[in-house]
Amino acid sequence: MFPFVFEWVWDMPHMVFMGALWYALSIIGLGMTYCIVKSVIDVSKKETDNHH
Amino acid sequence: MDSLDRAFIPSGAKRCSLFQFTSFISVIGIVFLWGVYAMLLIWIKGLNQTNMNDAYGFALWIWADLAVIALGGGAFFTGLLRYVIGKDELKNIINYAVIIGFICYSSALLILAIDIGQPLRGWFIFWHANVHSMLTEVAFCLSCYFIVLTIEYLPLIFENPQIDKIPFYHKLSHNMHDVMAIFAATGAFLSFFHQGSLGGVSGVMYGRPFAYREGIFIWPWTFFLFTWSAAACGPCFTIALTKLIEKITKKKLVKDNVIDLLAKISGWMLASYTIAKIIDTIYWVYSTLPPQGHKFMDFYSNNSFYGLWILILEVVIGGAVPAFILVSEKLRCNKSYLTIAVILAIIGVSVNRWVMVVQALAIPVLPFESWTFYIPSWQEVATTILPVAYGVILIALSYRYLPIFPQEKELNN
Repeated sequence: MFPFVFEWVWDMPHMVFMGALWYALSIIGLGMTYCIVKSVIDVSKKETDNHH
Repeated sequence: MDSLDRAFIPSGAKRCSLFQFTSFISVIGIVFLWGVYAMLLIWIKGLNQTNMNDAYGFALWIWADLAVIALGGGAFFTGLLRYVIGKDELKNIINYAVIIGFICYSSALLILAIDIGQPLRGWFIFWHANVHSMLTEVAFCLSCYFIVLTIEYLPLIFENPQIDKIPFYHKLSHNMHDVMAIFAATGAFLSFFHQGSLGGVSGVMYGRPFAYREGIFIWPWTFFLFTWSAAACGPCFTIALTKLIEKITKKKLVKDNVIDLLAKISGWMLASYTIAKIIDTIYWVYSTLPPQGHKFMDFYSNNSFYGLWILILEVVIGGAVPAFILVSEKLRCNKSYLTIAVILAIIGVSVNRWVMVVQALAIPVLPFESWTFYIPSWQEVATTILPVAYGVILIALSYRYLPIFPQEKELNN
């Protein structure tokens, strides 16, 4: 549920519950994004080194 | 075909022939297909395929759900010990703990997908969330933690000899290992809340005096007891399955010091949990029940099945006895005692989940009610056995093609 959905109410339960969900999903998402991006960079660096 | 199969087996690992392996998978596959058939019947024809009724909205499935989640707790607790607290020896068993956790949590989600009756509306719990429900918290944490377990399982898949040859997956596996502590800490946080909230669901039911407990703020004592028992008994399940796979493969896969460390930590967790559970039960008997007009024996008499034996089985035989064995160095170093202890702990936590879900619904709460009993339909039984068959197949595949046990080569050459 997002704040723009009609059921959303700006109260503590909504902010805590949904905030915790987004927080956890953000950590997971950012962690995986970091790993994938770093892997792509590592692989492309290695390929560049091999060409040289 | 044999050479193709061998190419996927980790180097230095000895495995049975492909024929033996496929025969084993085929036998388990029959059970698996039986479960799938029952699952399809339920999805196509509806929940009328079950024996659930107005008295039993929660039944065999929810018990199985809670039990596998508790037993899968080995993944989060071992991960916490390994990555956050820094118990380095546990790196030799963490892969297996993660696979067991992955199987348990995917099974729990599958059971829930069957139990909700209308799986196509499963996403409603996220989009139209009831933020006053502990079950919403359970759904959120369960789904997020399953993602974390998948992330913890992926590097292991990437370490398969053939996949590891692809530079991107090789690097990705390394990079995921580097930040695994963050995922493990997130997993421990999520597990603490969903294990707790599953206990909280029972504890807040003030209309069910058998399950109702007092507590701190919004959390009944059952919230903390469920998390505690999962952290105590989850690693016991990991140890039990390690011993089982060692027995089947006739190989030693993990060194004794690793098992001993995990067993010792589990023992102290189980001992402290059992003491807390006994205090909780005494407080419930003498302080919570009397003002509600109930006596302790109301819940264990006047029926043909539930007697004091179930409480003794849960707290003494499945709690105090294994805790005593696991805490004692002399006893837990004895293989037979260790096996007995971990099996008793598994039984103890499973019985605890049974009484909090099924016995709580059997007990009459109004003067004109009587004890109600429930026998699951074959479809419920088949769909409960389905995750077991699925788990066996996934463990067999993972053991054959992935380097699960880092000490296997050293211990068997």
